[in-house]
Order: sequence, then C-alpha cells, then structure tokens
Amino acid sequence: MPKGRVAIVAERCKGCGFCVEFCPTKVLALSPAYNSKGYHPPHVVAAEKCSGCDLCGMYCPDFAVHGWKIADGKPNESVASR
Amino acid sequence: MENPTSLLRPADPRGVLTGIHFLDGDHACCEGALAAGARFAAGYPITPSTEVVERFAARIPKVGGTFIQMEDELAASIAIVGAAWGGAKAFTVTSGPGFSLMMEHIGYAAMTETPCVFVDVQRGGPSTGLPTLPAQGDMMQARWGSHGDYEIIALCPNSPQECFDLTIRAFNLAEQYRTPVMFMMDECVGHMTEKVVIPPAEEILVYPRRRTTAPPGAYLPYRPEEDLVPPMAHAGEGHRFHITGLTHDERGYPAMNPEAQDKLVRRLQAKIRNAVQELASYEEQDTEAAEVVVVSYGITSRVAQRAIDLARKKGLPVGKLRLITVWPFPDFKIRELASRIKAFVVPELNMGQIVREVERAAGGAAKVTGVPHAGGTVHRPEVILQAIEEAIR
Amino acid sequence: MIELEQAAEAVENPVEPFLRMDRIPHIWCPGCGIGTTVNCFARALLECGVDLNKVAVVSGIGCSGRVAGYVKLDSFHTTHGRAIPFATGLKLANPSLNVVVYSGDGDLSAIGGNHLIHAARRNIDLKVICVNNFIYAMTGGQSGPTTPASATTSTSPYGAFEPAFNLPHLVDAAGAVYVARWTAFHVRQLTRSMTEIFNKRGFCFIEVLSPCPTLFERRNKLGEGLDTMKYYKEKSKVRNGAPTGEVALGYRDEIIVGKFVDRERPDYLDLMRERLSLQLGNAYVEAPACVCD
Repeated sequence: MPKGRVAIVAERCKGCGFCVEFCPTKVLALSPAYNSKGYHPPHVVAAEKCSGCDLCGMYCPDFAVHGWKIADGKPNESVASR
Repeated sequence: MENPTSLLRPADPRGVLTGIHFLDGDHACCEGALAAGARFAAGYPITPSTEVVERFAARIPKVGGTFIQMEDELAASIAIVGAAWGGAKAFTVTSGPGFSLMMEHIGYAAMTETPCVFVDVQRGGPSTGLPTLPAQGDMMQARWGSHGDYEIIALCPNSPQECFDLTIRAFNLAEQYRTPVMFMMDECVGHMTEKVVIPPAEEILVYPRRRTTAPPGAYLPYRPEEDLVPPMAHAGEGHRFHITGLTHDERGYPAMNPEAQDKLVRRLQAKIRNAVQELASYEEQDTEAAEVVVVSYGITSRVAQRAIDLARKKGLPVGKLRLITVWPFPDFKIRELASRIKAFVVPELNMGQIVREVERAAGGAAKVTGVPHAGGTVHRPEVILQAIEEAIR
Repeated sequence: MIELEQAAEAVENPVEPFLRMDRIPHIWCPGCGIGTTVNCFARALLECGVDLNKVAVVSGIGCSGRVAGYVKLDSFHTTHGRAIPFATGLKLANPSLNVVVYSGDGDLSAIGGNHLIHAARRNIDLKVICVNNFIYAMTGGQSGPTTPASATTSTSPYGAFEPAFNLPHLVDAAGAVYVARWTAFHVRQLTRSMTEIFNKRGFCFIEVLSPCPTLFERRNKLGEGLDTMKYYKEKSKVRNGAPTGEVALGYRDEIIVGKFVDRERPDYLDLMRERLSLQLGNAYVEAPACVCD
C-alpha cells in the first residue's frame, strides 16, 4: 500500500526531468507520450514506492507535479491546500 | 461620477504652519507639501533645491512621517513611487542634473499612474552648469524627458507664496489625475525671501487619494472611471494587485501587443489632454485691447511685469499672459489670442523652449518673438521692453 | 501499472493559491530554476504563517524579475536595478508590510549595486532573494558581475575575464543581518532559509544559484538544466557559518552553500525612531505608517 500519491498536470510540464531525478524512490519516469507543446511529461512507474514526500512538487519549476501523503486512503491534511 | 472637486477636503492641521512667515521659495515649497498632506519625501542633495528637503527633514518628525536621503536621484525618484503605493503622498526634490537622472522614473510613474510630485528648482545648464544661479532650461525636458509617449502636468510658481500655494495644487492634481506632477521652480524663486501667508488648515483644500471601493479580489488597477482615471489601492489592503511598467491591461498584467499599447497610451494621453481647459491656470491682464501679449512664467514673469508696466506707461497696447500651468500647454488660449493680436513676445531664461509651443499654437496667426537668455541671472526689463516695442512696430 | 495521473480527487497543489493561475504556464524555459525557487518561496510563506495580505513582492527587470508577475500577492514589477529603492519607499510608508525583493544577479548587483549596498548598510527591513544564474538571461545572455571567468557569453565571446562578485561577502560587508546561499537543488534548505527571514527584522539576503539552460549552460556546453542541478548536488558543500570571504564561486567549481550570517542589528526604523525620540522627546510624532486617507 503506497504511502503517497502524485498528481501530474501534463500540459504544464516542460520535460526538465527534475522530478524524475530527485524522487528518492524513483516513482516517476519521463513518459514516451507528448503533451501539446511537445514535451514528455513524467508518469508514475512505481506507484507503490511513493511516500508522498512531495520532493517532486518542491523541485518542479512549472508547478506541474506534486505529491501528498495518504493514510488509510484519506489525503493527509497537512499537505492539503490552505 | 461625482464632480471631483466636491471631493476636496480641509488639510490635516498637523502639517499646516498657519501664520504669516518670511520664507524663501524652497522653504515655502516644503510647507506647501506638508500642508497638502505629504508625509514621505526621498531626496538627494543638489543646489539650489536642497533646502526643501532640509526643512522637511526637520519638520516631518514633528508632524508624523518619514524623510530619507537616498543614495542617488535614481533611488529617490523611485522610492517615492514605492511610498505612494504604500499609501503615502510622496515627493522628491532636485535640480537639473538630478532631474536628468530621474527621467526613467518619471516615465515609470506616468506609466503606472502613480500620484507623486517631482520638484525641479532649475539652475543654469547644461550639465553641471551654474549650480547657484537661475535658469529655466528644463521646461521641455519636464514634458519630454522620459522615453515614450506620455503626458505631464507642470506648474510654475513665480514667488515664495506661490511656492506654497501651487505645491498644494501640484499634489491635488497628482491625486486627481493619478499622475506624477512636475513642480518647475527656479533658483531665483527658490532663494528669494518674501512674505508667505499660510492660512488655517480648514481653509486649505486638499484632494484625497482616489481609493477603490472594490472588494478584495475584484480590484482592477487600470480600469478607468469616466474621467479616464482609475482608482487606486495600496499594498496591504488585501487586493493582491500587480503593477508593472510593461504595457499592461486593466488587470495590470503585461500585455505586450499593439492593441494593448494603443489602448493604454491613448488613454494616458487623453486622461490629461482632455482636461487641458480645467488644468490650465494662467494670469491674464490687459489682453482685450492688446496688440502684443507678453507670455512668460516663473521668475521671468516678475521681470516681464516691469517691462509691461514700462510699456503701458508709454501708452503701448501690451497685455500679459503669465503661464502657471505650463504643461499641458494651453493651446486654446494662445489660439484665441493669436486670432486677434499682432504678436507674442516670449522672454524665458533659456535659449527658446516654451516660445516653440507659443509658435506652434499660434499657427502663424500672430508673430512670435522669443527673448532668449542663457541663464545665470534674470533678464533686464529694458531688453524685454525693446522686444515689445519692436513687435508693435 | 503505468498511468498518467490527473485524478479528480487529487489534493490541490499547495502552491496554486499563491500563484496567478490565469498566467500559468509561465515564460521561464524548460530546466530554468526560477520556478523551483518560487515553489520554495510559496512553501515558506505557508510554513511561517505570515499574513499574505501584508506581503508585497518587488521585482526588477530580468527573468527573475518576472516573479512579481506570477505571485498572487501585492506585487510590483519595477525598473531595472531599482527594486530595492522602490521597496524601501514601500516599506517606510507602511512598515506593517513584509516586503520581499525578488530579482536577479545583474539587476541587483550591477545596475542595482549601489542600492543593494546602501539598503544593507541602513539595514532596511527587506527580504532579498537574489537568483544568480551568472548571466543576463532575459536580454539574450550577456555577462554580468557574477559571470565566472572564462565563461562564454554574448558580450564575452572569448570568455569572461573580469573577477566576479562574491555576493554574500559584499552584502555581509555592507551590513546585512542574514546572508545565505543555496542552489535550486537545495529545496528544503532554501525553503527553511526563506521561512527564517520572515521571522527576522533587517536586511536579509539569500543568493540562490539557478541553471539557465538556454543561455549560460548552452553557450558553455554545460548540458541541460538537469545536468546543472546534478552539478549542484555533487559539488555543493554545506558550510553554515563560513566566513563570507571564503565563499567565492569559481567556474563549475566547488560551491559553498549555507547560512553564513545571522546576526542582530537594529533596523533602519529602529534607528530612526531611537534618534528622533532621543532628540525630540515628546515633540517626536511617531508615524506607524504614512498612509494618506
């Protein structure tokens, strides 16, 4: 059961690869698919390894990805938006 | 929309030094600013303007506000823009070389529609020139000094009393039109000492900042009202607005395209040009039967008055037009006079600046003769009298 | 299972309330680190619980100067080099504001250098985020005061030869009370530094190194933004408290990062009020703000 989840806004991504590189558990990889601007957004390749640390979100220069902790299937409130 | 003049209110008495004083123009200007509600000034020392901020530095801690001497005029001229967006009525003071340095930020204030006042106590130029001696060589620069198309309001006092009264008017116009206003003094007016009457605060009318009534989230910094002026907000009120010097739309967001440029620049121009008749302020005397009208402003108008008096004593049909608002230039007034008089005589303490405006506005309907002077001292009345006599011939 | 997540029940990105989402995507290039620093900034604001209605962001001109336009705060995009004096006027008119200056290396240390020095000297209560990508990016990649020697730029086509500024040393010497340097890789530490400065009064300066893949990296054949981020990870050494004279940067050399200076000094308004009340006593009228009606 993964401890976290990731949301990706593919259309905002510019394919820089920061999230892929700096995810501590290698949850993400660049997808072979393109977005409408021609970039390869990331996709989840190891969902079960996601801890919800949100390092991907902290690194993303384009606000195109972020992660959050889930516990018992409910989103962790401390990562929820205010 | 309510007639803006109905918004005028009495001055805050804490800034009003009511009484009869013997002050020079620089000092009177400072008192005018305080009476108008100015509570922030940023300056940099430069002769012959320094006394304005020296007095402000001494007065403001007892009135309630802030003075900061910045590291240069570039900093001073934008610190006042920042202070205005922080909520203050703000001004800076300089002379020729500093005025040149301030040009970028005069343009920035015009573009962002920031109410503030720039005082230029003109001295001999160009460059370092004559730091302690008068000239009127920055008049065109006041209008055209920054890059791009914008309009400017410029007032010209000719006495310490006017340095007090018209500084208040400058602040009022800045607020009414949400624009920087140039206050064009000269070393002579700045350093001459005369009686200055400062009335009680309730008799001094001050234009308050035009604040938005929009709720947070709904404020558009550049959506104009009927008179083409947008209401203002201050940082810290929850509006979360954005201001930029880039060409922008009503939201204040950059909009770098020809359509947005056309819309914005035309409104900025029209905002002031449409109001030229209301903005125009001049002193007109004996022009009904005149053949020659002497057009002057600032210290030169005091000398011109002597020349006019001498001419009238000789029976010459001379009238006077003293410009108080030099920009926007009152084309309509010159046109009206040009249609019925023979000639304008335009003495100025420069090699011919406002005379070009008179020529342009007269459109050939009347002769226009300048009486230039490189600066450093005032004209001799006889020189202006001679020009009048030649114009009549 | 490979899936592209755009889950409707996804938790909103905590950064979005801070951004003018109607202007996203932003103009910064793929692999540019400015957006990463904005992420850290947004998280720092969340973390320190400051009243967002009282935060004002002032930027100069340049790629980093565009930050003001993307944050949903009272924000001012001013003239080149003059964000600091604008911010000074803003802060002195309304001291209750938390004023952040967010700008680039050229804007702050070249044309804006004089203002940087004086604001630090005066200890004006400003939080300055200086994004250093070693180049004038917006105008096409010219050299600047932080461009390291031998780097190629459009105005140093044979390699820069000027000594570069050691910015932490400069602002430390001028009087800043908080001086730190991080890189776009150090997201956690950067966020923490940004949080710290919101709880500190006085002139605070954080230099953040960032890739400029389109100009600095490309012209010098240093790869993509990601390659630079890996270089930051590999070659950065955290030395908190290091003497700022020892933290100069070379060209693709070791990077000393850390919090170098964290000291207490009365800020400009403290000094002003102290002097004026000392001299004027009861005659001194303290103005909490200069705000007109």
